[in-house]
Amino acid sequence: MSKILLDIQDLRLSFFTPAGEVKALNDVSIRMNEGDVLGIVGESGSGKSVTAYSIMGLTAHPGRIIGGTIDFNGHRIDRMTEKEMRKIRGNEVSIIFQDPMTSLNPVYTIGDQIREVLFLHTNLDKKQAQHRATELLKLVGLNDPEKRLKQYPHELSGGMRQRVMIAIALACEPKLLIADEPTTALDVTIQAQIMELMIELKKKLNMSIIMITHDLGIVASMCRKIVVMYAGKVVEKGTVEEIFYNPKHEYTKGLLKSIPKLNATEREKLVPIPGTPVDMLNPPPGCPFAPRCEKCMKICIRSMPEFTQISDTHASACWLLQKEAAQALKGGNSIGK
Amino acid sequence: MENKNTTGKAAGKKTLVEIQNLKQYFAVAGSLFQKRYVKAVDDVSFHIEEGETLGLVGESGCGKTTTGRSMLRLYEPTSGKILYEGKDITKVDMLPYRRKMQIVFQDPYASLNPRMTVGDIVGEPIDIHKLADSKNDRLDKIITMLERVGLNSEHANRYPHEFSGGQRQRVGIARALAVNPEFIVCDEPVSALDVSIQAQIVNMFEQLQEEMGLTYLFIAHDLSVVKHISRRIGVMYLGKLVEIADSYELAFHHVHPYTKSLISAIPIPDPVVSREKKRIVLEGDVPSPLNPPSGCRFRTRCAYATDICAENEPELRQVGNGHFVACHHI
Repeated sequence: MSKILLDIQDLRLSFFTPAGEVKALNDVSIRMNEGDVLGIVGESGSGKSVTAYSIMGLTAHPGRIIGGTIDFNGHRIDRMTEKEMRKIRGNEVSIIFQDPMTSLNPVYTIGDQIREVLFLHTNLDKKQAQHRATELLKLVGLNDPEKRLKQYPHELSGGMRQRVMIAIALACEPKLLIADEPTTALDVTIQAQIMELMIELKKKLNMSIIMITHDLGIVASMCRKIVVMYAGKVVEKGTVEEIFYNPKHEYTKGLLKSIPKLNATEREKLVPIPGTPVDMLNPPPGCPFAPRCEKCMKICIRSMPEFTQISDTHASACWLLQKEAAQALKGGNSIGK
Repeated sequence: MENKNTTGKAAGKKTLVEIQNLKQYFAVAGSLFQKRYVKAVDDVSFHIEEGETLGLVGESGCGKTTTGRSMLRLYEPTSGKILYEGKDITKVDMLPYRRKMQIVFQDPYASLNPRMTVGDIVGEPIDIHKLADSKNDRLDKIITMLERVGLNSEHANRYPHEFSGGQRQRVGIARALAVNPEFIVCDEPVSALDVSIQAQIVNMFEQLQEEMGLTYLFIAHDLSVVKHISRRIGVMYLGKLVEIADSYELAFHHVHPYTKSLISAIPIPDPVVSREKKRIVLEGDVPSPLNPPSGCRFRTRCAYATDICAENEPELRQVGNGHFVACHHI
């Protein structure tokens, strides 16, 4: 068994807004091993980005962790002060954001922004930092790195900027790289370049990756394990094969049925998930997916189901599975009526 | 009215809209004497048959949106012709044609006036074209449209901010449908929506097409969605149409090197297929449309490029039934 790198247990996080408390994360538990590539899938408002930010200790006002633990590589992130967190952030764990246009500072050169990380976390002098910065840009496949170091972000294209973001994130060879929709703002051919680069770097530097995305195609081609989130809750987790070929939660099933596949040789009927996403200010008391679920039962509206373990790696939180599980145990006697 | 540049015209089917050698240049900052132009659309021709959906795909900056907008003369084309039911509409007064040709925009947040009620947004085209006899008639028409897109009468008095992205896109569609158009340009209508909502809107487009006999130009960068909804697909690169074919032909028997790399770059939501798939990763970025490469515009990133590609611009040539491609090496 490989070593556990990240262990999030029953994490609860809320944003205290003037309109009321928004429970962005509700008992989120995620565990990943060293060397894993984990995909977190969900739509807007599902809490996938907030989960990532909480690992980075970036849950500033009005957000607050109100319960649970985050254990990363022996550090209790949820208990750390900002000062302690600064030593880890960008050093042992780093993040690349969705929009490479806005996440680089427009008034500093690329070189300044890479060297900043190096000066903060290492003892390199100016010359060594310059050398390391050049090395990093080469690593992420930017040509003419000396020239790039003197350029400003606006002089680079979107794909090049995202490469710079990756270079900055990798400056201290982190154990964990969090990629928050790193290719959403990019074109598909550029997206392919960036995905290829991330996989290559993962092998080279032996790091772990959390890939946050709404694109099931990206998850299928890059990740080994998947966590599916809906309205601040984890609804299903498993290996990529388990989720794609044997989905157990109605939301995951619905999601897979609603996307057209490019390799389909016959016209498929898209089955959309009815209804609209959850209003997070006013979430339903039970399973958050219940209002949109076609197999919704009375109990679904009343309370949130526990996880049912389908295999060692596959678990899903749905009442239907509990019923099935109970039926299987009791030899088919109908219960729960 | 036959033009040799018109691609894949099938006998018997009626052509609704057609563009011939359409060029759309935008002047950008340059010196006083030497203006520089972005050639957003450069000599593009295609036609759309009545009742069909033509998909247009390509990466940002390839000119797909500009093509759609120029077809409605939201921009005045630099040169070339736009034909609607065989009539040249490049220079005529558009008002009567606006009733027939409508558009649904990409961003459901930016394309609805936040200070108008949904009823008034849908009612505006009805007012402009004087389609309602009385106030009650106007309201009836608005409600019919809202119901048609899966909303209801009680939504008419609300403002756009009270709606989710998917619902707003429905309002945008209701507005386009209000004048009973024949042709709708759908400009990335589902790109801004969540995956679970996308399918709702795509299915609705299909259903409306069936019910109202609509013809679509469906512009998107997501080839999977475009393939699902379109009968034929055109691929654009840097202002040029590089390949056009039946959607299944294009998805499985594409021949242009750009189409090949574009399709191979799309991640398939199936782990086994995805792992076995060979990806052609293109080097570099799309060149600037201010200064496009000579000859074939794709040659700077193309693995098969030779001298001829730099010298001559490839023309669209037929390689199969209704399958046209612009490449020297095919």
